[in-house]
Amino acid sequence: MLISTKHLTKHFQLGRKQTLHAVDDVNIGIEENATLGLVGESGSGKSTLGKMLTGLLRKTNGEILFRGEPLPDKFTAKDHLYYAKEIQMIFQDPYSSLNPRMTILDIIGEGLRIQGSDHNIRDLVASWLSKVGMDPDHMSRYPHEFSGGQRQRIGIARAMIIEPSFVVCDEPISALDVSVQAQFINLLDELKASLGLTLLFIAHDLSMVRYVSDYMAVMYLGSVIEYGPSDEVFYSPKHPYTRLLIESNPEPDPKLERSRDVIPIKGEITSPINIQSGCRFSDRCPSVKPECRHITPVMTTIDSNHTVACHLYT
Amino acid sequence: MDDTILEVTDLSVEFATYGGVVQAVRGVSFTVQRGKTLAIVGESGCGKSVTVQSIMGLTPVPPGKINSGTALLNGKNILGLDTKSANQFRGVEIGMIFQDPMSSLNPTMTIGNQIAETLMVHRGKSNRDALREATVLLERTQIPEAAKRAKQYPFEFSGGMLQRAMIAQSLACNPSILIADEPTTALDVTIQAQILELMQELQRTENMSIILITHDLAVVARMADEVAVMYAGEIVESGSVDDIFYKSAHPYTLGLKQAMPSNTANREKQLIPIHGSPPDLFAPPVGCGYYARCPHAMKTCERNPPELFALGDEHYAKCWLQHPDAPTVDALNQMDN
Repeated sequence: MLISTKHLTKHFQLGRKQTLHAVDDVNIGIEENATLGLVGESGSGKSTLGKMLTGLLRKTNGEILFRGEPLPDKFTAKDHLYYAKEIQMIFQDPYSSLNPRMTILDIIGEGLRIQGSDHNIRDLVASWLSKVGMDPDHMSRYPHEFSGGQRQRIGIARAMIIEPSFVVCDEPISALDVSVQAQFINLLDELKASLGLTLLFIAHDLSMVRYVSDYMAVMYLGSVIEYGPSDEVFYSPKHPYTRLLIESNPEPDPKLERSRDVIPIKGEITSPINIQSGCRFSDRCPSVKPECRHITPVMTTIDSNHTVACHLYT
Repeated sequence: MDDTILEVTDLSVEFATYGGVVQAVRGVSFTVQRGKTLAIVGESGCGKSVTVQSIMGLTPVPPGKINSGTALLNGKNILGLDTKSANQFRGVEIGMIFQDPMSSLNPTMTIGNQIAETLMVHRGKSNRDALREATVLLERTQIPEAAKRAKQYPFEFSGGMLQRAMIAQSLACNPSILIADEPTTALDVTIQAQILELMQELQRTENMSIILITHDLAVVARMADEVAVMYAGEIVESGSVDDIFYKSAHPYTLGLKQAMPSNTANREKQLIPIHGSPPDLFAPPVGCGYYARCPHAMKTCERNPPELFALGDEHYAKCWLQHPDAPTVDALNQMDN
């Protein structure tokens, strides 16, 4: 395992008696050179989890192990400097994640400069710009001169120029057009192969997550409720929530769409504030049993590495 | 056809900006049938939203300018009307919902009042009657505790609930056409499934036509009867949903399909991106708009705008490859390409 979490928890205190359970007792691990896809509705804690892994958010409880060593509880400036060489992040919004007052050269080269690299930063930035399919002559331009797809490439170059071993991609494609999404995914694939990267790919586009990842984890209200090889989770989902999520996902095939009856999942994700014990999906679940309402299900192994947290399987 | 409810012919819209004139929509024609769904698909900036906004009279003039075209709603032209005449069909004959429900609703009015306003303006109802009907409309869009919800403000609603409220508002006057501009783009798949299901159900019960604007081919596959694929301000291919998906005749349509992961195909199948970016509409290309990105481009495509070729019953493509003298491209016009 390159990176793994043990009982990782993040609570936000909203007031004296209000706690928002953003991430609750999450145990996941990512093997070296593998891609873990993380899916779930908005508000399920995907981004919070990603930010904790990169040290951008301080965890409330639990442990994150990177190459077997626990990550510090609170990142100091020195820790950030040290771990930035290993762990990087690509953000969702290519507009707000680039400083509008910095040139592309400064944005992409900033990491190297801070790390005190001996390389010629300008040359390295130029080579990375061509690697991500952009014109190196554009390095003195500002972010506003680029389209969304190009900005996202700048985001990739910024993360990859450090040559990290682990990259968190937080919804990197949801702001892009379909034709550009494919460009981005192929580029990420190439870089992953050439740099030997390990990825956490956060997205809500299930088809895309299945396509890019080796393993898939499904989150609901802060907990991981199903985990396994992505094809297995996608084609034979076990948790009722995963099943409904995959059924809701439309496919670009009209005949298939006409032939199946989509029963949308009822209601909306419940509030993550002051969560009671019991299965978090129980009030929307079509196969709810009495014990679901007060006993929190634990992850059970279905077969070798497919696990699910649901009372139907205990 | 008899059942045509809206017929748009040769619509062209341009915008005067500081950088020059943008030709956002360049000669778009389509028809909408009663009780059917027409999906307009395309990437950002292809002119799909401008097309429907012009029909609704929502493009600001100036800087916008409708250069040519007619839009016949039940035989009457609705293009370029003044505000007063436009209000007789806007919200009455044609309802519209937008991508971002949060910014499309008034944050300082309760949801109930906003829906009631439509009824008071168009139907001349009293405040009290309108409010009562607003609650009924909210119930019809399956909002739980509608009476209580009607008294709440938009910030108290979730994204999915707001989109339902928007649909309730657009349904207030029983429109014969509902225009939905990327209605589910901002929503989660689970909520998207709920909203799409709701739209389909309303279509069945009201025999309403839907113009669905989207960039998501999967949503098109679920919802559409007819599809128009837009690129660089033009409709490059149109036809029934099966024609578009299974007999794609334009390289752009095929390109969009190949750029998406399909869940039935095997995993090793690579995504094929469309290289480059759409043309600059300040100075649209003389020939085919897709020339620079097209893997099958020929010499003639650069200089001569392609004609519209009829390929079968109501299936059209604007591409020189459909010309009898053009070389055959194996990938196109094939079943299951």
